[in-house]
Amino acid sequence: MIPFLVRRVLIAVPTIILISIFVFALQKLLPGDPLLVLAGEERDPEVLEFLREKYRLNDPIPVQYLAWVGNALQGDLGISLRSNQPVTELMAEKLPVTIQLAVMSILFALMIGIPAGILSAVKKGTITDYVANIVALSGLSIPNFWLGIMLILLVSVKWQLLPASGYVPLSEDFWQSIRTMLMPAFVLGTGLAATLMRHTRSSMLGVLSADYVRTARAKGLSERTVILKHSFRNALTPIVTITALLFGELIAGAVLTEQIFTIPGFGKLVVDAVFNRDYAVVQGIVLVTAVGFIFMNLIADMMYFVLNPRLREQ
Amino acid sequence: MRYVKTAMLSALLGATALTATPGFAKDLRIALQSDADVLDPDQSRTFVGRIVYASMCDKLVDITPELEIIPQLATAWETSADGTQITMQLREGVVFHDGTPFNAEAVAANIERSQTLDESRRKSELKSITSTEVTGEYEIVLNLAGPDATLIAQLADRAGMMVSPTAAAAAGADFGLNPVCSGAFKFEERVAQDKIVLTKFEDYWNADAIHFDSVTFLPIPDTTVRLANLQSGDIDMLERLAATDIAQAEGDDGLVVDSAVSFGYQGITFNINNGEKGDNPWGNDKRLRQALSYAIDRNALNQVVFEGAYAPGNQSFPPNSPWYNTSLPVEGQDLEKAKALLTEAGYPDGIDLEVQVPNSTEPLAVMQVVQAMAAQAGINIQLTSKEFATLLADQSAGDYTASQIGWSGRVDPDGNNHQFVTTGGGINDSHFSHPDMDEMMNKARVLPSSDDRKALYDDAMVMMLDELPRLFLYHVTWIWAYNDNLKGFVAYPDGMIRLENVTWEE
Repeated sequence: MIPFLVRRVLIAVPTIILISIFVFALQKLLPGDPLLVLAGEERDPEVLEFLREKYRLNDPIPVQYLAWVGNALQGDLGISLRSNQPVTELMAEKLPVTIQLAVMSILFALMIGIPAGILSAVKKGTITDYVANIVALSGLSIPNFWLGIMLILLVSVKWQLLPASGYVPLSEDFWQSIRTMLMPAFVLGTGLAATLMRHTRSSMLGVLSADYVRTARAKGLSERTVILKHSFRNALTPIVTITALLFGELIAGAVLTEQIFTIPGFGKLVVDAVFNRDYAVVQGIVLVTAVGFIFMNLIADMMYFVLNPRLREQ
Repeated sequence: MRYVKTAMLSALLGATALTATPGFAKDLRIALQSDADVLDPDQSRTFVGRIVYASMCDKLVDITPELEIIPQLATAWETSADGTQITMQLREGVVFHDGTPFNAEAVAANIERSQTLDESRRKSELKSITSTEVTGEYEIVLNLAGPDATLIAQLADRAGMMVSPTAAAAAGADFGLNPVCSGAFKFEERVAQDKIVLTKFEDYWNADAIHFDSVTFLPIPDTTVRLANLQSGDIDMLERLAATDIAQAEGDDGLVVDSAVSFGYQGITFNINNGEKGDNPWGNDKRLRQALSYAIDRNALNQVVFEGAYAPGNQSFPPNSPWYNTSLPVEGQDLEKAKALLTEAGYPDGIDLEVQVPNSTEPLAVMQVVQAMAAQAGINIQLTSKEFATLLADQSAGDYTASQIGWSGRVDPDGNNHQFVTTGGGINDSHFSHPDMDEMMNKARVLPSSDDRKALYDDAMVMMLDELPRLFLYHVTWIWAYNDNLKGFVAYPDGMIRLENVTWEE
């Protein structure tokens, strides 16, 4: 297992370098001049020129990239053109928010997706299966921004049960933090639950027709043991993969949901940064997101070893 | 287990009850449409940033809702007979948030910072000041290169905001991370895209007029969500309510809606002579531009897109402005005239026009309505929607025929015109140039008498509406909605939220 993981980490390094080159180049390809926006409505030419020099935007693009890499290796990801805040500081503010939202959303997704998937696989072809499918499909088809607004109108405006939007850090007020995150996590979770449910269902169907399941039933084991212990555990591998990938996506930020619920996470930050051509911020977020994604993949790989004894022996 | 569940549920509901009823002596929560940029008056550029400053940074002078200039940190000012010197008396007993006293030295340091800080966006606004002389603890003389009628109005905005010279010297260009001014509230903390928190400044010179312990500004970009937050009591006030939401907000008993027409404008800027693309029928023949103007029913546009909440306009000042030329009122649609002008220009069968437009909801909706109206006259508009940074770059570089763009507006009439229509003007993306226009604009900015200036702007407006380098469509109305416990709020045409004498009464 260890050599396998080491290999995985080593592969991750060139991946991250390639991603950073790619994102840097793509940003430079974007039309539009960041400084025209930055210089303010009057666009004073003197200020424009000074800012170009200050942010090294007159240098050739490879030089700009290398300068960024040089600073990044020393832990300096530059400063935001828009707010003058250091990018590392901006991200340190956002990362806990993004992770909290991602964890809570995944929990919702797992709580809904897996039982629904198992149920519809076991009761394949029955009314339960159809209902579970319809629910899952609606979760996938209902746009997050619509569901979000409807929930705010119902839960916050009408019933006044939960705060309409915003963010409270966990450290400041634990319960209030959870309450503020409930709706956005639910909205994101329902979308993901559908994907999870579909994967659980197909994976379970494959397992349920296997010989050892028939054997288990023939031994007279209870249906509960057959399904949860013998079938589900074997069906877990693809579910773990998909969960890890979904979690990785969540780390990249959930733009629309964050926007609707005004959660100061990565999604909103990166979209604003792209619009403002805030190069350093985009670059920093992509870097962190890429590392996060690769890390989640590693976790998934490790989970395989835990779940599958045959891999451990190899 | 069941017991635990019940306990958790009641804890949740209990916390809800607490948040649902706002307490007294309160933290005022105001939702903004977007997050502010850097919080340094010398470097900042956003409208929402100015809303934050209105509570945090006092200016030398302020305006009334009628756009008259009134004292704030300067109590009186006098211009010398030749217009090259302004002597200002300053308010005594004012201190900055860090305890630094406010005096003539501080004003001199502030003007120097605005003029010399490399990152300063205020240089052009204070260009006419050549030097300052401290003539007393609370008296300062501004020496000007020549008469400048626009200067005092500039001091009513960011160029006139006073920051602590001690803090500014220590922080340099990073001042915005921890701004220190002399306003009613001092900077507490900022979390990007989440909140900006200001707390009451106990030593504020006008502290008796301030009735809140703190103010929190929350950027909430989605208009529907801003309103939902207000309705649920999570915020107390919001700026820029969508025109289409006014009815809903007014229908809510607990809410108040207030508005003021801004002094900015929205319209279409034509490329007259900016690079190769300026050489096109629309840039070369003013009759085509006039035809388009006649084809547009500005009142209908306002009704359709903004439910009548904005102000239809045809000049660079809104019709309620003291600078508006009343002999040129907003006219209705005149298709006959539009078609006649097209025929005269040699396009009896109609003509195409490509207009670039920012890719957000309002500009697109506006241009789609304009497109439909223009089609009635035979003008076939193609809309090219661009993201704002791209649109601006193309417009500045002359890579466009026509561009839907606006201007946030300035208190002094010079700010809405001079740089757009004078030869070589910094934001004259049309490259419109006419010696008569240059003369009128240059003269209007130095004349001391408002009446004389008004006469010049009236004449200039006749020429602008004949030449139409900018075709004006409408003026945004700032719309605020707030909890009806909030009393004493006054709507200003600059869109700012001034908290003096605003109270919370349950």
